[in-house]
Amino acid sequence: MKSLKLALAASAAVIAGFAASGAAAQEDVKACFVYVGSATDGGWTQAHDIARQQLEDTLGIETAYIENVPEGPDAERAIERMARSGCTIVFTTSFGFMEPTLKVAAKYPDVKFEHATGYKTADNVATYNSRFYEGRYISGVIAGSISESGIGGYIGSFPIPEVVMGIDAFQLGAQSVNPDFTTKVVWANTWFDPGREADAAKALIDQGVDVLAQHTDTTAPMQIAAERGIKAFGQASDMIEAGPETQLTAILDTWAPYYVKRVKAVQDGTWTSEQSWDGLKDGILSMAPYTNMPDDVKALAEETEAKIISGELKPFTGPVTLQDGTPWLAEGETADDGTLLGLNVLVEGVDGTIPSSE
Amino acid sequence: MIVEAILLTVITASTPLVLAAIGELVCERAGVLNLGVEGMMVMGAVGAFATAHATGSPYLGMLAGLATGAVFSLLFGFLTLTLVANQVATGLALTILGQGLSAMIGESLVGRAGIKMPALDIPVLSDIPFIGPLLFDQDLFFYLSIAIVAGTSWFLFKTRKGLVLRAVGDSHSSAHALGINVIGIRYLAVMFGGACAGLAGAQLSLVYTPQWTENMAAGRGWIALALVVFASWRPWGVLLGGYLFGAVTIGQLHAQAFGIAIPSQFLSALPYVVTILVLVIISQNRRMTLINTPAALGKPFVPDR
Amino acid sequence: MRIELERRADSSPLFSLLSPLIAFGLTVFFGAIMFALLGKDPIEALYRFFIEPLFDIWSLHELMIKAAPLIMIAVGLTVCYRSNIWNIGAEGQFTVGAIVGSIVPVYFYEWSSPLLLPIMLVMGAAGGALYAGIPALLKNYFNTNEILTSLMLVYVAQLFLDWLVRGAWRNPQGFNFPQTRQFVDAAMLPEMVSSGRAHYGFAIAILAAFIVWFMMRFTLKGFEVNVIGQSQRAGRFAGFSSRKMVWFCFLLSGGLAGLAGISEISGALGYLQPQISPGYGFTAIIVAFLGRLNPLGAIVSGLVLALTYIGGEGVQFTLGVSDKVTRVFQGMLLFFVLSCDTLILYKVRIIFAGKSSEGKTS
Repeated sequence: MKSLKLALAASAAVIAGFAASGAAAQEDVKACFVYVGSATDGGWTQAHDIARQQLEDTLGIETAYIENVPEGPDAERAIERMARSGCTIVFTTSFGFMEPTLKVAAKYPDVKFEHATGYKTADNVATYNSRFYEGRYISGVIAGSISESGIGGYIGSFPIPEVVMGIDAFQLGAQSVNPDFTTKVVWANTWFDPGREADAAKALIDQGVDVLAQHTDTTAPMQIAAERGIKAFGQASDMIEAGPETQLTAILDTWAPYYVKRVKAVQDGTWTSEQSWDGLKDGILSMAPYTNMPDDVKALAEETEAKIISGELKPFTGPVTLQDGTPWLAEGETADDGTLLGLNVLVEGVDGTIPSSE
Repeated sequence: MIVEAILLTVITASTPLVLAAIGELVCERAGVLNLGVEGMMVMGAVGAFATAHATGSPYLGMLAGLATGAVFSLLFGFLTLTLVANQVATGLALTILGQGLSAMIGESLVGRAGIKMPALDIPVLSDIPFIGPLLFDQDLFFYLSIAIVAGTSWFLFKTRKGLVLRAVGDSHSSAHALGINVIGIRYLAVMFGGACAGLAGAQLSLVYTPQWTENMAAGRGWIALALVVFASWRPWGVLLGGYLFGAVTIGQLHAQAFGIAIPSQFLSALPYVVTILVLVIISQNRRMTLINTPAALGKPFVPDR
Repeated sequence: MRIELERRADSSPLFSLLSPLIAFGLTVFFGAIMFALLGKDPIEALYRFFIEPLFDIWSLHELMIKAAPLIMIAVGLTVCYRSNIWNIGAEGQFTVGAIVGSIVPVYFYEWSSPLLLPIMLVMGAAGGALYAGIPALLKNYFNTNEILTSLMLVYVAQLFLDWLVRGAWRNPQGFNFPQTRQFVDAAMLPEMVSSGRAHYGFAIAILAAFIVWFMMRFTLKGFEVNVIGQSQRAGRFAGFSSRKMVWFCFLLSGGLAGLAGISEISGALGYLQPQISPGYGFTAIIVAFLGRLNPLGAIVSGLVLALTYIGGEGVQFTLGVSDKVTRVFQGMLLFFVLSCDTLILYKVRIIFAGKSSEGKTS
């Protein structure tokens, strides 16, 4: 994925900074990665794998990975295999690896573990995640500005807090420029099925959506949006190749700065267990170039991005009303991280439901 | 027009199901149960995508998909027909192999821009309101799927060779006694099934979503298997079933977008439950089922001398 | 050139032993070529794939964990397939077994008692059996094809589990993530020996295999299964009811699949999540056939298949051989084993250009 690498160059500056400070490795570190998907899936896992390669290049350390690991007993085996054969730090890159990571960590106190997107830690288990919603908010601002119908579409994967947060941030961003904006949601019930994602995209477009966001991993929705002549946002990697005249921007997973930082910490002996939730300002996610939009919208998007980076703008700031009309955040009130991580409510203006919430 | 738009989506979603199922139908009519449709589909998809990517021609890609499926099915044929290995186990193994092999071949193709097969607009007819764009402004795969279903129906029930194929599927020993080359006919049927599955895979990577991703058939091969039984082994039944299945799948996405609050898992399960119910209803008609079910399905055949 | 088969009067005991060895030899040969083409040292790759896991206590434990559900499901399927009844929905019965078995630890999540585990196992087996009862019922009273109904029910079960763990059964303290509460310790199948994490699921699987083997070999029921399997008509003459046989096979295989499901949850996982099986129910079909539809054979083939997973992961980690390659390798092994088994029942002749010279007689 040429374009993905290109986009990751944006974070190269951050990495270079770490490299300069850590010329000589203090300790032999081997970083290992457990992937839930294929290392060449063109989405979530590939972004981690590209970061792994950058980590290798930057620090000159040994790395290894096991791909396509099912969440369950197999994960425990894969993680333990790493812990018992020389890995000093193990990154487990899927939510379903949480309990297996903790179980293995208890047996191998000298090995450090980092679990992506989870919420449980231990002395030698840290968690990390990315504030994707910051990117979703910017997408929303763009969508609200360019949409003529005032209806945006959002292809959801599964109704977990991460996705609900994304939908809400998207709607709040759009609302900030167009108070009448609505977001139609369709749950595809998959992270990865190009056909189904394409079907969901078509359904949304047929129902009047003229700007499309996706929370699934393949480029299929982007292709459909291109075919139908509407605009869309990419996910996980730069999807500009699939929609040269369609992609407005994409939210890029750029894990490398985080991986470099943490492995450096192991080398320096300063690693501690923490719950890290980095955002745009840390380079753990970044925005693909703003394309296919008028200059004033582009300027607005860049301004929003700058404000989020500086901390001046927090996407989840009141007044915010929920879908059913009840107030959620009061004027000036900001949702705390705990609330966001367990988010299970949709905000006003979202046209859709969270299935199976009692 | 929303109805027309929905129907267009349904057609694209149903075509690969129909293609794969009609191939399997012929195979089963000859008495061979090949559970490897999913594996043959992904092989066809990667073959078609790689060829289209290399040559720039979606039509060459389509042919390559067809050929990949047919050649890959030969592996199944050799094991089950020549070496009389168990068909169920071999079919499942074929899927495992196909998924691994296609992922290996396609590793460098992930994320590459695909080439979409253009629609073939049939003059005059495509100008008919409503049905014109639906039926006469489609890609080659759609026309082919209809033609193959019609051709198969004609072949099976109106030609001598079709009769022979059905005889092989009903009782291979009697067919053999009549001097029919049972194994030869079954090889052809298996390859036809493979070619159709390959074609279905090619539709996925050239029309449905012009790209290559691992396991992109995502269970459609299994649905195709279900459709054959759903249709009680009748070609036009496959067409009907394929479109019904497509309609339910697409319909549930639209229901969501309309804001109908049914848990999406229930909506997703609906097509499967509907298939079971329809199956129960049609199976009630014992005579019809008996006439249409290939009696020798799945049974190995070794000619005595 | 063509290949002709001639049925042996009896299955060849020599080739019963030799065929897996030939298959293995072919796999090793072609595997070596494949690894060499990929630029990996074939000797090392094969060593790490097949040998290393067998001489390491940790790997042996992992082997047992991986093989347990495969064996348990396959044992039930051998009976089905021998009687010509095609339950291919074990994956769904596994899932429902896991769900029903988890009812007590999910709803009474603080209750800890020695009774808990037995209750869970019984409920799990009952759940799997009841779910398998659906295709049996439909087949017996509505004449529907069981291959199709049992397969369709797999997807229904998986979606039902998905709905449960994302909704009603979701851990209230779990930040809405799709997982149930962690089960109490009393709900967990204990580990067998202290040297590793292999749990009693494996022992249950072996026990099940021996019981079913005994039944098939020494009881009237086993005889009945074989008679009906060979010819329904003969079965009817003998006074056996094929309808009862459908019930028996589905309930038995479903029960074992359900037991495998709850054992997997309470032995290795400790909670429910949307995905609990990487296709054990389907892989077990292959295990049943590789074991020649013999319950004891299923033990061996289950272990061999587990070895290909463990070994594949090993070469992936140590040599960087991608997961795709190990899957192809696995597929290759299956094909060779399936084709070499032909030698047991048939003589194979290769005939060149019309004249009937005996190329390879076995």
